[in-house]
Amino acid sequence: MLSQHFPILLVVVPLIASPVIVMARSGFLGWVASLAASAAAFAMSVALLVATTESGAISYAIGSWPPPWGIEYRVDAANALVALLVSAIALVVLPYARRSVSAEIGQERLYLFYALLMLCLAGLLGIAVTGDAFNLFVFLEISSLATYVLIALGRNRRALTAAYQYLILGTIGATLYVTGVGLLYLATGTLNLADMAARLADVPDKRPLVAGLAFITAGVGLKLALFPLHAWLPNAYAYAPSAVSAFLAATATKVAVYVLMRVYFSVYGVDAVFRDMPLGPVLAVLSVAALFIASAAAIVQKDLKRLLAYSSVAQIGYITLGISLGSAPGLTAAVAHLVNHGITKGALFLLAGAIALRAGGTGFDRVAGLGRTMPLTAFAFVLGGLSLIGVPGTAGFASKWALVAAAIGAGHWWIAAAVLLSSLLAVAYVWKFVECAYFRGPPGDAPDPGEAPADMTIPAFALTAAVIAAGLFAWPVLEASARAAEALMGAPR
Amino acid sequence: MTASALLHPGLWLAAAGVAAFFLRGRARTLLLLAAPLAALALVWAIPDGLHGRWSAFGFEATLLRMDRLSRLFATIFAFVAFAGALYALTQRSRLELPAAFVYAGSAIGATLAGDLITLFVFWEVMAVGSTLVLWSAGPGAWAASRRYLLMHLFGGMLLMAGIAGHVASTGSIAFEAMRPDTVAKALVLAGFLLNAGAPPVSAWLPDAYPESSWSGMVFLAAFTTKTAVYVLLRGFPGTEILVAIGLFMVFYGIVYAIRENDLRRLFAYSIVSQVGFMVAGAGIGTEMAINGAAAHAFAHLLYKAVLLMAAGAVILQTGKRRFSELGGLLRHMPLTATCAIIGALSISAFPLTSGFVTKSMISQAAADAHLQGVWIAFAAASAGTCLYAGFRFPWLVFFRGDAGLRAEDPPGPSRAAMVLVAILCLAVGVFPGTLYALLPHPVDYVPYTAGHAVAMLQLLAFSGLAFFLLRRHLVGKATVTLDTDWVWRHLVPALWTPAEEGLARLRERAFGAVSDLAHRVARDVARFGSAQGAFGRTWATRTMVVWVVVLLAAILLFSYR
Repeated sequence: MLSQHFPILLVVVPLIASPVIVMARSGFLGWVASLAASAAAFAMSVALLVATTESGAISYAIGSWPPPWGIEYRVDAANALVALLVSAIALVVLPYARRSVSAEIGQERLYLFYALLMLCLAGLLGIAVTGDAFNLFVFLEISSLATYVLIALGRNRRALTAAYQYLILGTIGATLYVTGVGLLYLATGTLNLADMAARLADVPDKRPLVAGLAFITAGVGLKLALFPLHAWLPNAYAYAPSAVSAFLAATATKVAVYVLMRVYFSVYGVDAVFRDMPLGPVLAVLSVAALFIASAAAIVQKDLKRLLAYSSVAQIGYITLGISLGSAPGLTAAVAHLVNHGITKGALFLLAGAIALRAGGTGFDRVAGLGRTMPLTAFAFVLGGLSLIGVPGTAGFASKWALVAAAIGAGHWWIAAAVLLSSLLAVAYVWKFVECAYFRGPPGDAPDPGEAPADMTIPAFALTAAVIAAGLFAWPVLEASARAAEALMGAPR
Repeated sequence: MTASALLHPGLWLAAAGVAAFFLRGRARTLLLLAAPLAALALVWAIPDGLHGRWSAFGFEATLLRMDRLSRLFATIFAFVAFAGALYALTQRSRLELPAAFVYAGSAIGATLAGDLITLFVFWEVMAVGSTLVLWSAGPGAWAASRRYLLMHLFGGMLLMAGIAGHVASTGSIAFEAMRPDTVAKALVLAGFLLNAGAPPVSAWLPDAYPESSWSGMVFLAAFTTKTAVYVLLRGFPGTEILVAIGLFMVFYGIVYAIRENDLRRLFAYSIVSQVGFMVAGAGIGTEMAINGAAAHAFAHLLYKAVLLMAAGAVILQTGKRRFSELGGLLRHMPLTATCAIIGALSISAFPLTSGFVTKSMISQAAADAHLQGVWIAFAAASAGTCLYAGFRFPWLVFFRGDAGLRAEDPPGPSRAAMVLVAILCLAVGVFPGTLYALLPHPVDYVPYTAGHAVAMLQLLAFSGLAFFLLRRHLVGKATVTLDTDWVWRHLVPALWTPAEEGLARLRERAFGAVSDLAHRVARDVARFGSAQGAFGRTWATRTMVVWVVVLLAAILLFSYR
C-alpha cells in the first residue's frame, strides 16, 4: 500500500520536485509543481499524524535494510506534529508566494526560488522524520544551503551579507553538530538514534558523551537561535524575501528545536541531560536572558521585520525554557509553543510581506497610517501581536499558560515570573506597531496604498484565523503536544 | 458546550457590541438599546446553578455560575450598560459603544464565571475592552490608554501566575472563598486588588479615567472596579488585610478628591474612596458586611453613573473640565443640576437616597463585628465624602457665581438616561426592600430608624457647616495633583527611553536634580538598547563565533567531573 511509504515519500516528493522545476525553467510551472508537492506533503503529514495517534510510532526501513544497519525513518507523535507544521506552513506560503515573490525577485530567477524552496522543505521534513543521526546532518545541510540562497535572493543588498553571515555561522553550527555525532558514534558504534539511546547506558567512559552533548547543544543552539547565538537571525529574516521570512520563521528554527528535544529526551534521556549535566540551569538562564534582552531589542528596532525577528528570538526563549524544565509538562509546553509560535510568527511575517508590497517597505516610517490604508491587514497584525503577548483567546496564551503552569508545578517561581514579566515587553513592541499604524498619518509616497491582493491576504488571514482558532480551542494542540512529549520521553524508543 | 452556554448574557452583549460596530443608523440604535435589556432578561431567565461546561487545559471549566451574588452584579452591570448606551447614543466616536459592550459583556462574563480559568479569560478581555473605550476618546487619551493597558496586563499577569500556582498546588480550578495563605493565593489577591484600585497603584484610576470621552467614563467607572469587588466578595471574604486596605483607599480617595481641580479626576478619586468601603466590607466578611458591600456596589453604580453623566454633560456642553473655569450652571443646565444633586445626595448617604440604605449596612457590619475603630473611620469618611461630593462638586459647578458659560442641558437621550438613573437612586433609597431581597444573604436590617437618620443628618449638617467655613480653601485651583502614578508615568519612562518631553515635564515639576540623573541614565540605557546599541545592532560574525566558543566551553566546564 502506498501509505506505508509515506515517511519516505514525504521527503522524496519535494526533493524530486526541485530538479524537475530546474529542468522546466519556468516560474509558473515551478509554482504549480511546488504547490502540488507541498499539498502532497501536507496530506501525507496529516495521514502520518493520524496514524501515529492511532497506532504509535511508525518505523520505515529504507531499501528494506533493517535498522540499525540501514537508515531508519521513524515517525512518532512528536515528529509527525513537526512535519505537519512544516508542510502546512509551506502550503500556506506557496499561494502567497506567487505574487509576493514575483514582486521581490527578478522573473528570470523565479524558477530557482521555487526549486530552492522545495529543497529547503525536503531538508526540513527530512530532519523531522529521519531516525539516523548522520542522515539528519545531511538534511540539515540540504535545508541550510537552500536557506542561504533563499535569503540572498532578497531585494535589499544587505540580504547578501546577511546570508553570508548565516552561511558561516550555520556551517559552524553544523560542524559542531557533526562533531558531537562523531563522538557519539565513537562511543556507541551506531548512528541510529534509537539504537544509540539503547547503547548509551553501556558505554563505560561517559566523558565523550558529555563532550558530544556539549557540541550538539552548541551546534543546534546556533541553528535554533538560542540566545546569545541568535545574532544571524535578525538580518536573515529582515532582508530575506517576505515569503521566505514567513516560511523560515515558522519552520526552520522550530525544526532545530525539535532536534534538540530529540537528542535530549530520546537519545540521552532526562537523567543524563538534566541530572548528570547542568544543562537545565544553563538553558534556563540563556532562555530568560533571551526573553528580556531580545524583547528589549525588539522594542528599539526601526523596521517591522527586524522587530518580528528579535521577537522570534525571545519567543524561542519560551520554548527552550520549557525544555530546560526537563519534565513532561515543560516539554509539552515547549512543543505547544513551538507549534503556536510557528503559526503566529508565520502569520505575522506574511502580513509584513503584504505591508512591504503595498507600503513600499517595512520600516516604521512605512508602517505609519496602516490602520487607515490597510485596515484588515493592520487588524490581523494586532491579533497576531496579541498572540505574541499571550492574551487569552489567542494561540500564544495557551502555550504560555502551559509553560507557567509547568514552571510553577516544578516549583520554579522565578521562571514563571520571568515569563510573565517578559510578556509586558511584548506589549511594548506590539504597541509600537499599534501606535505607528493607528496614530500616525500615512506617508504620502506609498507606491500602491490599499489592501494587498487576495492571493496574498487570504493565506495571511487564514493563518491569523488559525492563531485565533488555536487560542479558542487550545485543547487539540495541547493534547497533541502532550502526546509528542510522551513520545519524545518514552525511552528507549 | 451545552445549550445554556449559548444563552450567556455577557457573550451576547459582547457579540452585540461587535455587530454594532458594523451597523449604522436606526439598526445600530435599536441593537445598542435592545442588547443590554436582552442580557438583563437572560440574567434573570437562567436558573441558579452551573451551566455551560467547557474543557480548559484539561480541566472541566464552567462558563456560567448563577447564584444570588453573581446575579446581583450581572443585573446591575447589564442595567448600567443600558443606561450608558442610552446616554452615549449621540457620541460621535463609532468605536466607543461597541467597545463598551465588549467591556460590559466580559465584566458580566467575569461575574458569572464558574471557575478561575473562565474568570481569567474574561478578566483579560475586560482589560482590552476597557482600553478600547479609553482609546476611542481620541489622541489625548492614547498615552493614558497605553499606561492603563500595561497596568492591567500587569495585574492580569499577577492573576495568571497566582491561578497557575494555585491550580498546580491544589489541582482544582474551583473559584471559592479562600485565604491568602500561599504565595499563589496572595498573587491572586494582588491581581484582584490591582483592578479594585488598591494601593500602591491606586493612581492608575485617576490617571486614566478622566482622559476618556465625555460618555466613556460612565462605562469605565462601572465595571472594572466593581468586578474586582465581586471577586473579592466571592474569593476573599473575611480577609483582615482587606479592612486596612479598604480604609486606606477610602481616605486616600477623599484627601485627593477634596483638593482636586479637575471635575472628573475628582470622581476618579471618589471611585477609589467608595470602592474602599466595599473592599473593607469584604474584609469584615460577615454576612451583614457581604450584603452591605454588595448592596453598596449596586447603589454606587447607580449614583456614580448619574454623577458621571452629569459631569460628562457639563464637559460636553461647555468644553471645560476644571472647577476653576466652571460655575453658575444651575440656570443653564437645570435638569443636569437636579440629577447631579440627587447623585451627590446619594453618595453622601442622605436619607431617602440609595447611598443611605447601603453604606449604613457596612457601618452596621463593622459595629456588629465590634470593630470600633473601623466604625468611627467610616463615619468620618462619610463626612468627608459629603464634603467633596455632596457640597463641593455641586457648589463649584452649578452655584458659585457665573463663569460666563453659555450652555444647555445635553441632547434628549442623554437627558433621559440621567433622569432614569436619578429616579432609580431615589427609588432604591425609598424602597430599600426590593434591593435587600436581591442580596446574597437574608437581610435583617432596617435602615430607617430614627437613630440612623438623625445620626446621619447630624453628620451631614456638620459637614455642611465645615464646608461653609472652609469653602474659600476648597475652591479649585489650577494645579496638578501629584500622585504615585508619577513613578510610572514619569520616572520609569524617563529611565527607559530618552523621552525628552517627559523629562521636560519633570523639570517643570521642580525635580531638577532627579531629572538630571534620570536623563543621564536614560541616555545610557538608550545607547545600550537602541538600534545602534549592544543588543539592538547587528553583531559581527566574529562576536558570534566567540559566543559559540564561550557557550561550548561553559557547558564542557560545568559538566566536567
